[in-house]
Amino acid sequence: MQGVDRDYDPGFSPQPTPPRKGWQRPQQTAQKPKRDPAPSRLAYRLHRMWLTPYFRRLTRVGLPAFLFAFLSLLWLSDDDRRASLAGGLTGMVEAVQNRERFMVKVMTIDGASGPVDKALRMMLPVDLPASSFDIDLDQLRSDILMLDAVRDVELRIKPDGVLAAKVIERQPMLLWRHARGIEQLDETGHRVASVTDRAVRSELPLIAGEGADKVAREAIQIFAAAGPMLPRVRGLQRVGERRWDLVLDRGQRIMLPANGPVAALERVIVLNQAEDMLGRDISVVDMRDGTRPVARVGIAAQNEIRAFQGRPLLGPDGRELPQDEDKKS
Amino acid sequence: MKDLYQQQRAMRNMRQAALQRGVIAVLDIGSSKVACFVLQFDGPGVYRETDGVGPMAGQTNFRVIGAATTRSRGVRFGEIETMAETERAIRTAVQAAQKLAGVRVDHAIACIAGARPASYGLAGDAPLKNGKVGQGDIAHVLASCEVPDFGRGRQVLHAQPVNFMVDGRSGLMDPREHSGQSLGVDMHVLTVDGDAIDNLIHVIRRCDMELAGVASGSYMSALSSLVEDEQELGAACVDMGGGATGVSIFVRKHMIFADAVPMGGDLVTQDIAKGLKVPMAVAERLKTLNGGVEATGRDDRDLIELGGETGDWETDRRTVSRADLIGIMRPRVEEILEEVAAILDAAGFDHMPSQQVVLTGGGSQIPGLDGLAARMLGRNVRIGRPLRIHGLPHQLTGPNFASAVGLALFAAHPQDEWWDFEMPAETYPARSLRRAYRWFRNNW
Repeated sequence: MQGVDRDYDPGFSPQPTPPRKGWQRPQQTAQKPKRDPAPSRLAYRLHRMWLTPYFRRLTRVGLPAFLFAFLSLLWLSDDDRRASLAGGLTGMVEAVQNRERFMVKVMTIDGASGPVDKALRMMLPVDLPASSFDIDLDQLRSDILMLDAVRDVELRIKPDGVLAAKVIERQPMLLWRHARGIEQLDETGHRVASVTDRAVRSELPLIAGEGADKVAREAIQIFAAAGPMLPRVRGLQRVGERRWDLVLDRGQRIMLPANGPVAALERVIVLNQAEDMLGRDISVVDMRDGTRPVARVGIAAQNEIRAFQGRPLLGPDGRELPQDEDKKS
Repeated sequence: MKDLYQQQRAMRNMRQAALQRGVIAVLDIGSSKVACFVLQFDGPGVYRETDGVGPMAGQTNFRVIGAATTRSRGVRFGEIETMAETERAIRTAVQAAQKLAGVRVDHAIACIAGARPASYGLAGDAPLKNGKVGQGDIAHVLASCEVPDFGRGRQVLHAQPVNFMVDGRSGLMDPREHSGQSLGVDMHVLTVDGDAIDNLIHVIRRCDMELAGVASGSYMSALSSLVEDEQELGAACVDMGGGATGVSIFVRKHMIFADAVPMGGDLVTQDIAKGLKVPMAVAERLKTLNGGVEATGRDDRDLIELGGETGDWETDRRTVSRADLIGIMRPRVEEILEEVAAILDAAGFDHMPSQQVVLTGGGSQIPGLDGLAARMLGRNVRIGRPLRIHGLPHQLTGPNFASAVGLALFAAHPQDEWWDFEMPAETYPARSLRRAYRWFRNNW
């Protein structure tokens, strides 16, 4: 027995240690499968579908647009909602427009006479104070220019809520009497205002006749040329919309030609100064013939001549008076 | 061979359609990883010769806009083993690449590494009727090749005319318009198991994509890792993948031989797992971090913690020296290289003018492999990395992506295959309108 154990020496063995027969390893629990992500077929297909350009565009643009349109139309299909939406919108716009910054409080008018001033204030479409958004300056200006008395107007909204209007009025230069009444005209012949009576603006020269307003400028020139005769001038009459008759007091009349009436008038004035023609009994001086003046002698002078010649006298209408009557008288 | 012609023609048309659309996916379904590149073709004109860029091996007209890689599942020895798992892996890679690219891809070009490739050199000869080589004559001579019995269930993967001869003038690349009396052709045909191709088509179709081309994995990695001179002068490319090691021989810019060894890096991992009694994942980590094939004295003192999650402290605290690890890996790597050497011998690589061997693939990253391979293969050996292609992220430019990069180049510039030429008129049905059209075109 001892011999068996003779070689026993702990820690030493002449032979290499035989491989151990696999010690008892702890039994492995079934290992969890490692995380091994792979897309499922569905996920894969959806992903591919998502990468399809048309589908992508449809989903990202078409679908939201459709939903938005659908929902908004659904919401708008109710009348009350539509009304409240419109009300809300206009309210919002007005809230902005009616801010203090935009309000027009005063209207100042420069260069307008009393009636025009009043008319302008009447023409303002809104009551002040009002928002400047409510005042359409272009429209207002064109409205104001429709007034005959206003030649030009400049409108602007100044800071601090001032609507400033600078008005240039028409200056009446002539009175025009026609079938419908008497009107004041400016130098271009545009109507300024009506007058009820000649005496209201007695300082203005008077013209008469149809179409006289269209040649107002010529009329003014004639009046200017008539300087020395002016105290005697009653007015100018347009004849046949063609030429002028200068009407003087005492029923005298100077018929001016259609062409060059001023020159003709100046000729008459020279004649008058030289020979005191108009102081005599001449009813009409006819300047229509350019070569010479033709004078029509007045009834009284004619009668005097006739009486001197022994011919029947003329009545005030220019006809011969019957002889017997003449004898009676 | 006619239905093959039609099938490959259909794939070519699909590739054309994909190029028209401008986006195509490249799928490298390997045993250890599945890589997917999404290529965008912007057409010619992006770079011009006047810019000083040059053709750059024809890779200037495409760009990688999405690239993703995932752990492979269900692939063994370069062949699909579990369809559903492989489909999941492909889905993962494709979805990630698509997401990166931001476009949907409908066409894929895939490569198959295993499936027992077999190379055949065929020769054909046909007289020239017109005394001049026309388009129809090329079709004739290609059809006149004597086709050996490939065996049951074999499918032709590549059929490339590598050489044309006109009246004994050999070495012609493009014999059109040459005058002569007879036209000969040498054709390289690569066949693989048809079932593997069918599985590949099926699995890609299940991912809602169309297969626009299949290529051999060894061919693809050679395309990307051999430089132009090596392709011209003659070189062998050894693609050391996870499940299979592909060998292909190039000369004069044509692949003249391809084969694969159904052994790869997974086997090395398996050896380590068995030898050190560690799980496969740990073995893989040991192999990639500490592996090698040349032991030095320092490696004896370099102790590696095995680690592990067994729950047993004694087991998890074990250490091995790096020399032990190398001792496990080296015999297996030697065995693989021996097989490669046997294949190269069988292919007659000794008689090639230039005997450059280029190692690529994930297995070529083992430190010291070039020394071992030089000793084993007895020739000048270099470790090859794939060409740089435009837009590829840096972490995907390693040698393990050689075949994916090669696929991208292949998608842009496929070699002329037999089915790219016109079919000889005789193969059309006798009363076909197209036959009449062809007759008119060739004779008027």
